[in-house]
Amino acid sequence: MFQIRIHGRGGQGVVTAAELLSIAAFAEGRHAQAFPSFGSERTGAPVVAFCRLDDRPIRLREPVLEPDAVIVQDATLLRPTQPGSGGSEVLSGLKPAGFLLVNTSVDLAELGLAEVVARLPSGHAAAVPATLLARTHVGRPVPNAVLLGAFAALTGLLSIDSVAAAIVERFRGPVGEGNVAAARAAYDHVMGLRSHAPAA
Amino acid sequence: MRQQLEGSQAVARTVARCRPEVVCAYPISPQTHIVEGLSELVASGALTPCEFVNVESEFAAMSVAIGASAAGARAYTATASQGLLFMAEALWNASGLGLPITMTVANRAIGAPINIWNDHSDAMSLRDCGWIQLYARDNQEAADLHILGFRLAEQLSIPVMVCMDGFVLTHAFEEVDVAEQGLVDAYLPPFRPRQVLDPAAPVTIGAMVGPEAFTEVRYLAHENHLRALEAIPRLAEEFAAVFGRACAGLISPYRSADAELVVVALGSVLGTVAEVIDDLRDNGVRVGALGITTFRPFPAAAVRDALRDGQRVVALERAFSPGGGGIVTQDLRAALSDRDCPISTVVAGLGGRAVTRPSLRRMLVEATAGSLQPLAFLDLDRELLGRVSGGRVSGGAA
Repeated sequence: MFQIRIHGRGGQGVVTAAELLSIAAFAEGRHAQAFPSFGSERTGAPVVAFCRLDDRPIRLREPVLEPDAVIVQDATLLRPTQPGSGGSEVLSGLKPAGFLLVNTSVDLAELGLAEVVARLPSGHAAAVPATLLARTHVGRPVPNAVLLGAFAALTGLLSIDSVAAAIVERFRGPVGEGNVAAARAAYDHVMGLRSHAPAA
Repeated sequence: MRQQLEGSQAVARTVARCRPEVVCAYPISPQTHIVEGLSELVASGALTPCEFVNVESEFAAMSVAIGASAAGARAYTATASQGLLFMAEALWNASGLGLPITMTVANRAIGAPINIWNDHSDAMSLRDCGWIQLYARDNQEAADLHILGFRLAEQLSIPVMVCMDGFVLTHAFEEVDVAEQGLVDAYLPPFRPRQVLDPAAPVTIGAMVGPEAFTEVRYLAHENHLRALEAIPRLAEEFAAVFGRACAGLISPYRSADAELVVVALGSVLGTVAEVIDDLRDNGVRVGALGITTFRPFPAAAVRDALRDGQRVVALERAFSPGGGGIVTQDLRAALSDRDCPISTVVAGLGGRAVTRPSLRRMLVEATAGSLQPLAFLDLDRELLGRVSGGRVSGGAA
């Protein structure tokens, strides 16, 4: 089983991202389960959603405690924890061989993640300017679908075409097309990082 | 056709294929997506003929469903939590009048303190209102139990609640084979009411009954519920024949035959329980589970047959009775009164607290060692309790 946890803020389409992942995986013949963390729905509030992928039916209903991949839609959630904030939970339980994907225009080291990245296998962490790509291709700063393109490249678990199909199934017309273009750009961005990375 | 979709949409589409003629809707989380889905199907003409009635409260939703059903229409509504409580008075009327309404309950905690998350307090608090209660373990079962539910309700003239865990199931995307229209039509015949309110041929439904016959009315309602215990396994068998997949009936045992300890539970937590059981079995711990799909009427004989002397029982409950204890536990004790099966109650997952594998595993290891308290609360935060009890004291405390 491969378990994904997505962190973001209300309005960024966190729950939708998990649902789209499950739809893309289902289309590829896998079993998939997506569900939100069921918080109060407020714009800007931290939101968590989960997705599980497996080759057999999924019975587990607990939240994803030990993710194989963490997707961070808003890098401010990575800041050192203030009392009462959810910041420290973003990376909790991430498996030693897991994947980390962060929506940011700066280097992961600048976000204080150098140690985290160093602990993960080479090529398992990526910074993607998903908000910028969304602004360019969609005209709105919504990074969720964009990051799924990056996820496909980073993990190799899903084809970019399945991700694109899931996106246009949910978002018709120009919004869907724009999100697909942005997701493909994010995919290419991560594939580019990978080709420049030192051999593991 | 198998689809990857939200549990609420799977239920909405399945209910639509059961051809309800009246759908009453009042929104409350986590139920709202279901009636939203149905409203779209009615508006688009996909579900016709059907009257979608926006009402001003849950009390009105059930009252309109009662009127519709009494007039001979197949009636449906959905609710949760405080919404279910607000229709409590009407629920007793629906069952007392023998009106076969089918309703989804997207199980949610009850305030105060206000809490929108999942547990079973809502449906459990209406345990005795005369409705059949079916609990779904996943979204396939949630969808399928509605088809079985409509048929059962109309066959026996008893209203049916299909209970599915709020958020955990209603908001979960997973694959569901949404039953095809032709198969639903083959399984569920048109509603033929026993009597109908019709101005052209007036009858009275719901006349006053005094002490001379009220006991008999309730006795007959009980007998009718007992008939459901015979009907449900037959309807589940027939469901499997028509749809080509099993549908839960009264109970669903999991690796319980040779188990030293059996976890009894209702709803979606059974999935996580099954994972823990497989894991413990791999480590030589003989545990199993018994899912209760039909909670009202309580399948006492089936439960008794599924368990044997010497097996420990843990009732894993998603609600409880303050000052009393486990609610399902009471029924288990009655069903197993002549059995040597020590029963512990573990209250878990109140107000949306996650029921996790590590916590279940720890609890089950304790239970197999016989060191579990008769009434335990899973993951009780003792530090938090300590902080609360150190707070303000009113009155003349020294």
